Amino acid sequence: MVAIPSRHRSLVLLATVVLAQVLLLAMQIKRGDQVRLIRVWAVSVITPAQRAVSWSISKVQSGWRNYIGLRGSAQENASLREELNRLKLRNTELESRAAEADRLAALLGFRGSHPDVPMVVARVIGAAAAGASKTIYINRGEADGLRRNMGVITPEGVVGKVIDVYSDTAQVQLLTDKESGMGALLASSRTQSPVGGIGEPMLMMKYITNDEKVPIGERVMTSGLDRIFPKDLPVGTVASTKPGNPFQEIRIRPAARLDQLEEVIVLLSRQELEPQKPAGDAIPRSAAKPASAPR
Amino acid sequence: MEIRTQADRPIEVHKFYGGAIFGAAALALLLQTFLPRMLPGADLLDLPLLVTLYFGLSRRNPSTGLLLGMVIGLLQDSLSHVPIGQFGIAKTLVGFAASSIGSRIDLEHPLSRFILAFVFFYFQLTVLVVTRRLLLAQPEPFFTLNLLLAALVNAILAVGLFALLDRLRKS
Repeated sequence: MVAIPSRHRSLVLLATVVLAQVLLLAMQIKRGDQVRLIRVWAVSVITPAQRAVSWSISKVQSGWRNYIGLRGSAQENASLREELNRLKLRNTELESRAAEADRLAALLGFRGSHPDVPMVVARVIGAAAAGASKTIYINRGEADGLRRNMGVITPEGVVGKVIDVYSDTAQVQLLTDKESGMGALLASSRTQSPVGGIGEPMLMMKYITNDEKVPIGERVMTSGLDRIFPKDLPVGTVASTKPGNPFQEIRIRPAARLDQLEEVIVLLSRQELEPQKPAGDAIPRSAAKPASAPR
Repeated sequence: MEIRTQADRPIEVHKFYGGAIFGAAALALLLQTFLPRMLPGADLLDLPLLVTLYFGLSRRNPSTGLLLGMVIGLLQDSLSHVPIGQFGIAKTLVGFAASSIGSRIDLEHPLSRFILAFVFFYFQLTVLVVTRRLLLAQPEPFFTLNLLLAALVNAILAVGLFALLDRLRKS
């Protein structure tokens, strides 16, 4: 124990006694908000220390979290990126499947609405090797009842016709092919004229005289005269008209998305497609000729 | 009993009859509470201060001086409607200071007693005012004519009281 010199003892005693009485006073005195002064002092002394300790702890925690704790984060980050890529791929796959399901539902809906018309649904499995040739391959062939010059459609409109048939595949000439042609008519005026491809996304309607008024947006339907497609299937809409010599140059935007074909319907006969009826009036499935879903 | 200072001057430390200090302090506190009710202007007196001062100056021991001051001050606080410790602190410091300087000045002459009482009255007042301002947030004045009058009255009284208390010393 530290010895206090005798001449300082009275000073130490004085300081102790005065301090004790100051504390005694502080315990009795209340400030304006009824808080005892001793409490105010204690809080004033302790709070900065608490604040300092809290600040230090938060800094240490922050340092740990932001630096030391991140030691394994690179590996975790790589793992998460890998997981993210896997999930992105999975998401794309699911989106693709959902889109396919929608398309198939549309096809089945179309087929269900024309139960008396024999048709098969086929999947597009390839395209022409040459860019200039607008053809596709489908996964249905002779074994499925396909023959040359059968019409190929989607629920949106005409796609083209079967030009070659193999045992289990077939080649379809799209409407946009330069060699393609079909009988068509303007929906409102019923003016008939062939429609053919020009090797571009647009089709060309031929043999409409210059004095025939053709409004933009006019619907173009199949006429049935080509003996390939039944009457009144949607072919497209008039996109532009220009007077020509001797006939107008009428460009048609195809109704079917010919650049995004994945599933198509092959009409096995030229039987007319009747307008869709309410479900209660539909012809029973048993009366329809056989038709199958895409493989 | 004699002790020697640095100048080798003999210093006399007075001793008192048994119970004299206790009795004097108790009487001073009693009168302090009783007189103001009987005599107009008696509230100017601070008999506990004068008793603390006298025994501090006479005993010349800072430790006993401050303890005596503390006890008298706390008792004065207890008998007043003030936070306990105000007069305790003031009289502790008075007892300590009086004991410390008791060996350096002549305490027997009435004039020195008058001056000492006057000075210590203001010393105690200063401590009280500082304490009240710092701890109680009460803006007390350091100087008023009433306080000056009180200091003079207590200083005059000290001359007579100290002579009376001298009779309690052991010869």
